[in-house]
Amino acid sequence: MRHVIRYRTPSPRPMPQWRQVGAGSVASVELAGPTERELDAESADWLRRLSAGAGALRQQAERELHARLVRIALAEVNRRSATTPVTGPELTDVAHQAADDAMLAILAKLADFRGESRFITWAYRFVILEVSSKLGRHYWRNPPVTLDAAQWERLPDRLGIDPEEHAASAGILAEVRRVVEDELTAHQRRVFVAVVVDGIPLDAVAARLGLQRNAIYKVIFDARRKIRRALVANGYLEDVGLERR
Amino acid sequence: MSEWERLDRFLRTDPRDVGCDEAMAVLHIYVDLAAAGEDAAGRYPGVAAHLAACGPCAEDFAGLLAAVASD
Repeated sequence: MRHVIRYRTPSPRPMPQWRQVGAGSVASVELAGPTERELDAESADWLRRLSAGAGALRQQAERELHARLVRIALAEVNRRSATTPVTGPELTDVAHQAADDAMLAILAKLADFRGESRFITWAYRFVILEVSSKLGRHYWRNPPVTLDAAQWERLPDRLGIDPEEHAASAGILAEVRRVVEDELTAHQRRVFVAVVVDGIPLDAVAARLGLQRNAIYKVIFDARRKIRRALVANGYLEDVGLERR
Repeated sequence: MSEWERLDRFLRTDPRDVGCDEAMAVLHIYVDLAAAGEDAAGRYPGVAAHLAACGPCAEDFAGLLAAVASD
């Protein structure tokens, strides 16, 4: 008999105040209205085997899934190797740890899979996110830049501005620094300097400060808006678009 | 892209941006659409806006898309 699983796409969730359009920050995912369709055969097969009782069928499925997670994790750390200070055996360890932790999470959350995507895409998401998170934490084992280094001299590079090229560049850079130092809170300033000025990976900053990626992103998001507003107010930028002076 | 355009792109915020949590919550759906050649950005403009602005989430998107393509 064909194994058929029906699912519904999730309904939009309540939106936190800071994410509401008009509240000055990010919006909310607009998901399509509820739909219902059959799960694809491969996804249904994964679910059937992984949900089977504690027998050979389930064990074989778990071995197959784990092997695929390891392969994906190794490929992912290799893909990111140029942008992380983590290298060599440590990078391989990160991949295996990510696959192991993703496997546990997938099995624990199997009932949460609603068939909005293929099962294997849903499963791979866990291992990709684990790789991100672990690389952020491992950054601090041998960090090329420490927290609070405040390398302001690198700001032109970070913002892609060459002070030698445009007369207005020095003014823009000074205004960016003034807004960061005068208008951001101590927490916002620390995060902005770490991520934008010092170029520390956002996930590494999140790991160091014990925060979620989204919390760090929100700080940067708000700082960008404040800086842009100041540059517009001072005539460096136009309200729509960017104008050279 | 000129240096001014890069700066503008960095500072400009998109009100449709859904943030990391929301984007990552539907990343698997978004990736399946993209992998199938469907209009993922059109269906989830808030996710597309976020991926254009958030480097780490864009990396996760690229990684998951590569993973799916490798199967």
